[in-house]
Amino acid sequence: MKYTPIIGLEVHIELNTKTKMFCSCPADHFGKLPNTQTCPVCLGLPGALPFANKEAIDKTIKFGLALGCEISRNSRFYRKNYFYPDLPKGFQTSQLDSPLCVGGELQAKKINHIHLEEDAGKLVHQNGASLVDFNRSSVPLMELVTEPDFHDVESILVFLKEIQLIARYLNISNADMEKGSMRLEANVSLATSEQSTVNSLPDYKVELKNINSFRFLEKAINAEIKRQEEILSNGEKVEQETRGYDEVKQTTYSQRSKADAHDYRYFPEPDLPPISLSELTINNLQFTIPELPQQKRERFEQEYKLPKDYIDILVLDLDRANYFEEAAKLNNNYKLLADLMINKKLDLEFPQAAGFVRKLVELTKVEYANNDEVESVVNLVIMDNEKAVSDYKNGNGNVVGFLIGMVQKRLQGKGNVEVVRSKLLEKIQNG
Amino acid sequence: MNLPLTIKETKAGLLNKKFSAVELVDEYLKNIEANKDLNAFLTVSHEEAYKKAKEIDNNLQDTPLLGVTVAHKDLYLTKGIRTTAASKVLESYIPQYSATVVDRIEKAGGITLGKTNCDAWAHGGSGENSDFGPTKNPWNKTHVPGGSSSGSAVAVAAGLSLVATGTDTGGSIRQPANFCGVVGLKPTYGAVSRYGVIAMASSLDTMGSFGRTVEDVETVFNVIKGSDGYDSTVVDSAFRIPHSKLKIGIPKEYFTDGLDKEVEKSIMEASKVFEKAGVELVPVSLPNTKHAVSVYYIIQPAEVSSNLERYDGIRFGNSREDFGAEAKRRIMLGTYVLSVGYYDAYYLKAQKVRSKLIQDFDLAFEKVDAILAPVAPTAAFELGEKNSDPLKMYLEDIFTVSANLAGIPGLAIPSGFNKQGLPLGFQLLGPRFGENILFELGKIYEKSK
Amino acid sequence: MAKLTRQDVLHIAKLAKLSLTDDEVEKFTAQLSSILKYVDELNSVDTSEVDPTSQTTGLVNVFRDDEIKTDQILSQAEALSGTDETYNGYFRVPTILEGRTDK
Repeated sequence: MKYTPIIGLEVHIELNTKTKMFCSCPADHFGKLPNTQTCPVCLGLPGALPFANKEAIDKTIKFGLALGCEISRNSRFYRKNYFYPDLPKGFQTSQLDSPLCVGGELQAKKINHIHLEEDAGKLVHQNGASLVDFNRSSVPLMELVTEPDFHDVESILVFLKEIQLIARYLNISNADMEKGSMRLEANVSLATSEQSTVNSLPDYKVELKNINSFRFLEKAINAEIKRQEEILSNGEKVEQETRGYDEVKQTTYSQRSKADAHDYRYFPEPDLPPISLSELTINNLQFTIPELPQQKRERFEQEYKLPKDYIDILVLDLDRANYFEEAAKLNNNYKLLADLMINKKLDLEFPQAAGFVRKLVELTKVEYANNDEVESVVNLVIMDNEKAVSDYKNGNGNVVGFLIGMVQKRLQGKGNVEVVRSKLLEKIQNG
Repeated sequence: MNLPLTIKETKAGLLNKKFSAVELVDEYLKNIEANKDLNAFLTVSHEEAYKKAKEIDNNLQDTPLLGVTVAHKDLYLTKGIRTTAASKVLESYIPQYSATVVDRIEKAGGITLGKTNCDAWAHGGSGENSDFGPTKNPWNKTHVPGGSSSGSAVAVAAGLSLVATGTDTGGSIRQPANFCGVVGLKPTYGAVSRYGVIAMASSLDTMGSFGRTVEDVETVFNVIKGSDGYDSTVVDSAFRIPHSKLKIGIPKEYFTDGLDKEVEKSIMEASKVFEKAGVELVPVSLPNTKHAVSVYYIIQPAEVSSNLERYDGIRFGNSREDFGAEAKRRIMLGTYVLSVGYYDAYYLKAQKVRSKLIQDFDLAFEKVDAILAPVAPTAAFELGEKNSDPLKMYLEDIFTVSANLAGIPGLAIPSGFNKQGLPLGFQLLGPRFGENILFELGKIYEKSK
Repeated sequence: MAKLTRQDVLHIAKLAKLSLTDDEVEKFTAQLSSILKYVDELNSVDTSEVDPTSQTTGLVNVFRDDEIKTDQILSQAEALSGTDETYNGYFRVPTILEGRTDK
């Protein structure tokens, strides 16, 4: 290919706090009746004022720490002004300069920053009308912005799934694409080979918006790369604009051109005092960061020597990974444990790892040798170990253990110890 | 009946059963009706007032504002009572909640008589920007009452309510108090919750009140101050305690050519009253005063433009078509100074000069306990005299806006009348959370005058 | 600062979602120009030594605990009470043809 795709990502993640970002309404809006979880603040009524949710700030900082970001010692909220029917105040309370988290890196892709803002309400289109529900209005929303470090769709998907997993590990969001608690945007442009060699970026970017699944993201980016390739190949210029993805036609379509770009008139939010973060605060939050997915993968490999695909599957679900480790404490047949979880889904049948392990032992219990086999082996052992037998008869009970061991050796461990013992004693006494 | 003149008299009269709360309401409502031509009220809440009065009569309790009639500027949300901001946009808006100040006054025994006229969205200093017609000055109906809290000042001056609430973003309590001859307090920014009051400019808005005496205004302030969990800029600060030997600063920058001679003379007389009462007068300098109007007319419209974005006609109210000329002008100006390419030159620059204004006051308050200054360059001017040129009107705010930019308290006190029979007065400015110093000085003045 | 043009005024009006009459455009062009010209005097002030002030309280870190409070929550009827344009518990707005293009 003559061109190298240059792609940056913007990821929105709704936080799973109990209350909204700037008021004490419940934040869990999914599936609720419209406009039943609002108050003057999130409905943008006259006279209402915001009051910031500490937990949302802490959770955003934790996300930043997990991604190696620098935490801004002095941060604040800004007003981002624009009109849209689902934006009740006519501005979104967001961040601009000194967002909570700056820099950071994941999978060798650089993160520009992570900021905290509030979600808008929800627009529903029905019977030729647009309907607005403000239950989602002011739910805390993090926005992670990467540098344009991506050149192919595969690494984008791997990156995004890891982001999603980290959010879940931190218990800051379920980052569920279907429920809209994780939303994606991509800035796509193509660099010519000359630009690539001198590491310069194209002078335009096309923003892909409103993408609500990984699958559509993949399709949208591929369709957009193809579209831009055709334009550039014809010697034309790609216009800087915002495009959506048409799922039916499988093409992107123009939503807004540069000419009517927004002017958000950001300014510091006067209703919210600034945020000042001490080293102590940041360190305390750092202590709460649990083992992250990649750390867990590496540890699972070292500690349990599991195959990579097994590790990936277990780590993808923190509950399952924990379940595996519970089981692994009780039984060291790690590979089999993982195998039964992944291929037989036995973990689903047993809520407690202990039950699962009992089942595993049962399944792996070897059939005992039958009585005839035991008897003939016992006879052989007695014949071969006259000294031990006479020792026993002379009162040295300890040699029984030795004799049992000899029998088991010949039976390859398949003898039932109690049966072997009684047969041995019977034969010695009778013989 | 003779209406009581102060909160103390009102409470004593009720507790001693000299009159009932219902009788008080009767009398005030009669006065409101008789003075309709002042256009002080936009909504009179007869029903709610009588309901509250009956409650009081049935269960007399010694609460701080027992039976005190209150008129709320129509920027204060009153649950179930129409609240318009004197704008056509909110012509029929009925709030679902009440402002913290409204709630606190009610809980303290206050009786809400209704909602007062003002410049629409509090944009103005004359009352002429109301979408429901100007309020008239009760001392001379061809003159403005000042603004933007016009109706509240008029209500107290004309005996239509014992006290009234106002908002002061650039002088909107002190200036109408001055023009109408009543006491008005602009509290420290952060002393009183703004929750439930229609926002004008969020970093400047303060919630205060009008009364006939300093003591009444102080009593109301003590009821409404303090955090409520809804306004994160409220500080539960320890208020300053006045010294036994007080010093007042006279800022030379406030006594310039533009100042009316009669106004100047009355302030000089007031300074003599203080001096006689043992208060030391000290010259101080506030050198950045001359920049205050510029700073104010950048920061204020910027915040206005943002605060008025929620009025889109979707969830309540009418569409943006219904904004009046002054609101549109401020929205336009504010949008411009925040827009790409102009933010640094205007908004950021203004924020920096704002810091210099604050430094001026900090330095001055190292030397003095309060500052004595004029409120407006002239006494109440004539209706229509200045409203054709917005810039000319804005320049009238020269003596009031600094206090808002610095977040400090200001107390407007009447001092007499000019030759035309219009009220004169002055303001005392204090350091942040210096309200008690201002009350102390105000009471000294009232006593010694 | 450059003088405000008619085009500037129209652009600002669009940002501010105000529809202005021709008269208003003309009036605002002149009035805003004269106000801006006046405030340009701030350019003479040396502000190299000061930080901008956006709040006067000096407060930092004023936060709320993450606890649901129900006393301010509005019922659906209360939330919708400010308008007649409702449908099945929703606010109804003129159809939005263009997709959301911000955020």
